[in-house]
Amino acid sequence: MSSTASGARAQLRLLARDPVLLVLLVAIAVSIALFVVYPLARVLIASFSVEGEWSLSGYGEIATRRLYRNALINSLGVAALVGVVGSVLGYIAAFVLTRLDVPGKRLLHYITILPIVSPPFVSAVSIVFLFGFNGLVTRQMLGLSDFSIYGFHGVVLSQVFTFAPIAYLSLRGVLASLSPTLEDAAFNIGATRWQTFWKVTLPLSLPGLASAFLVVFIESMADFGNPLVLAGAAFPMLAPQAYLEITGSFNLSRGATLAVVLLLPSMTAFAIQRYYLAKRQYITVTGKPTASTSKIVSPTVKWLLYGIVVTFALLVVAFYAVILVGAFTRVWGFNYTPTLAHFVYVFDVGLDSVIDTLIVAIVSTPVSGLLGMLVAFLVVRRTFPGRTALEFGSILSFAVPGTVVGIGYILAFNAPPLVLTGTLAILVLCFVFRYMPVGIQSGIAVLRQIDPSIEEAAQNLGASGLTTFRKVTLPLIAPAFFSGLVYAFVRAMTAISAAIFLVSANWNLMTVQILNQVGSGRLGVAAAFSVVVIVIVLVAIGIISFLVGRWSRHTSSVRFT
Amino acid sequence: MTDSIRISGLSKVFSAPDGREVAAVKDIDLEFGSGRLVTLLGPSGCGKTTLLRMIAGFEEPTTGDIMFGARRMNEVPPNKRDTAMVFQSYAVFPHLDVFENVAFGLRLRSLPAAELDARVGHVLELTGLSGYAKRSPNQLSGGQQQRVALARCIVMEPKVLLFDEPLSNLDAKLREQMRVEIRELQQRLGITSIYVTHDQIEAMSISDDIVVMNAGAVEQVGTPHDIYARPASRFVADFIGKANFVEGTWQADGTVDVGGRALRVAQPGGAAGSAVSIVIRPEAIHISREAGDFAGTIRRTMFLGNIAEYLIAVEGQGDWLVDGPNPAEAGLLQPGDSVRLTPSPAAMHVLPK
Repeated sequence: MSSTASGARAQLRLLARDPVLLVLLVAIAVSIALFVVYPLARVLIASFSVEGEWSLSGYGEIATRRLYRNALINSLGVAALVGVVGSVLGYIAAFVLTRLDVPGKRLLHYITILPIVSPPFVSAVSIVFLFGFNGLVTRQMLGLSDFSIYGFHGVVLSQVFTFAPIAYLSLRGVLASLSPTLEDAAFNIGATRWQTFWKVTLPLSLPGLASAFLVVFIESMADFGNPLVLAGAAFPMLAPQAYLEITGSFNLSRGATLAVVLLLPSMTAFAIQRYYLAKRQYITVTGKPTASTSKIVSPTVKWLLYGIVVTFALLVVAFYAVILVGAFTRVWGFNYTPTLAHFVYVFDVGLDSVIDTLIVAIVSTPVSGLLGMLVAFLVVRRTFPGRTALEFGSILSFAVPGTVVGIGYILAFNAPPLVLTGTLAILVLCFVFRYMPVGIQSGIAVLRQIDPSIEEAAQNLGASGLTTFRKVTLPLIAPAFFSGLVYAFVRAMTAISAAIFLVSANWNLMTVQILNQVGSGRLGVAAAFSVVVIVIVLVAIGIISFLVGRWSRHTSSVRFT
Repeated sequence: MTDSIRISGLSKVFSAPDGREVAAVKDIDLEFGSGRLVTLLGPSGCGKTTLLRMIAGFEEPTTGDIMFGARRMNEVPPNKRDTAMVFQSYAVFPHLDVFENVAFGLRLRSLPAAELDARVGHVLELTGLSGYAKRSPNQLSGGQQQRVALARCIVMEPKVLLFDEPLSNLDAKLREQMRVEIRELQQRLGITSIYVTHDQIEAMSISDDIVVMNAGAVEQVGTPHDIYARPASRFVADFIGKANFVEGTWQADGTVDVGGRALRVAQPGGAAGSAVSIVIRPEAIHISREAGDFAGTIRRTMFLGNIAEYLIAVEGQGDWLVDGPNPAEAGLLQPGDSVRLTPSPAAMHVLPK
């Protein structure tokens, strides 16, 4: 015990030789405690207090009242189904696009990941356009009058489209790191195609598949936009229910209790994913990836799988086309005359929210990106007491549903000592600490592959810790920095679940506007807002890519793909 | 002339993840003379790299002091130590071209542009990199990358140059060439240098002094010749070159009795009756068909080109390794041949037991 205490002292003494870095470290640790851990603690405390007294009755009500019990069951059921369907679809897409020799792979790849960069309502609004009461397919084409898309199937459909691309991206990495020569080897010693798939390919990608399932599960549990638009009153779900308790019934304590119930499955899935599965991933490629295509599918199966991927891509395209057309259509379902009225509305009445969203995104993106890289650098390259705690704290918010964060922020920052509600700061802080983890994770992954002596060489030549970070580490991890920035910006532009609790008359966001327009039935305006968000996001990715590329122009080894 | 370096009572204890404490360096006292090149030589895990990293400031000593000249360096962070280190993995900055790699340290000192250009240009010329200034490191061979790493250090005009197994990633031919270049440059500039290696040939060829380390402690310090001819311990004799060990006892007349034969040695005698080991190098044994102190039978013949190496079963002694004369003239002995062996008195080194 005494030796670890003296070890900690020695570590701090070493760190203190670089005072700037020590100050930064302390500042980061304090901010994570304040803006990640403290709001969660407030939610937990609020969930156990009823009218100022410690009580378990909040949880008792959830267990006994049908509305809440159903909300929990519905959310879990949807998340499980979306997890399975999403990760299977993602696996098929990843397999087809990394392993098979089929046409148009690059285009299909970009179409498949398109839903990741779009606002959360795109698929929900498209589904209403297509299958709603006045839907193009259900009403106009099939003439159905009693069909309702609202409820379980609507939410599942919409979420699969929103989250399967996330599973696809992570499984793409998994499959790309499994050497196809293993399949060749199994073939070579006499296995059939099925045997090779069942006994080699699938077992090797199983940890990655399970991990993708859990990530989709977490995303689905946390999803707020799709359920709010598509669940309907007869199909309560946790995230919107918690929101309604607070904004509708002003019952903060009940909202907090629902938030905790929402948090538990997510945290469990996160813990399994991170501490169990992450250690069981197989990486069988060490050198250059072997550009061999898989031979384990017969031509029939190959084209069947390809058909599934193409269908998915076509549906994605259809959803976006519908949004685009919807944005220029006077009244969907009744009057299909082209119009610019919705865009006029967006840039007239909605202009404030467009500007506010841009300000929040532009302020929070660089802070989030830089902070993420700095945390990755500190965690990988420095030893200090509480390092694992810092790492955990900094990526914790990845697993915390936005609804929980939003409730936590209004509980924590609505009263002295720190009043932030209604300000720009609360939105920026929320986004910075919520969207930092992706940058941290990729920063850590990239940094672990870089020889530490490169940074030691910089120090040896006279660079302080911060100079080393600025002049050597950051350029070396430019790809991670880039993805951290893009993720932070995209999320800042498209976030809703936490932000909806934090917007105010002074600071409003486009996503909240979209939701309001959907709520009041002005789908055309919602579609126009969505188009604007998508355009801004695509332009911003271009700008970030240009800036990061120019700034690290010497890095011929660094490529952005 | 740059500073001498003195370390005293230096130890480094690492805490293993399971809580055990491992002493990598144990209570070492050493002095590195100004302008000299000293090699830390030993098997992997002997603590030589840890010692070097403590001098550079990347590791903190558990106990003891590191002095550069009169200044105690223990608390000085690596970026303020005025050392320059060449790393095993080169550690060339991949995002900077050759010129910017070499200029890196000078830029931190905000030198005037003209002076910076002149100094970098001069060092690039010294290291034979003049034509490569605008190249990116991944367009360079391993040897060129190591030259960049060296140039990057020299341009700083450091008090101390540190080398951490700098040539171990290069192929054999290039290694020989680079160690000559490093040695010439170091002597020309007169920078105190500490050089870590596990390759005894490299150590012998490059050093003013060699520090032989084993299990965190110093076994012997001396010139390459001292270490080879008069090893202080069986470990040193065995690690540096090849050696046969022969057991014996001091006689009153200053000879060593080995299995009934009295061998004359160059060293002054020890207390009569005390047991010793004699180190006999393979090249210091004369082979003859007719006469000699020991009788033996060839067990294995290894033809190496310039010499022939024989493994010989010596009567009453076990197997000896013996270098035969140039086989082109003397002919090759074959397994089963009987020979007589005579160790040269001047080349035998007696170790007390």
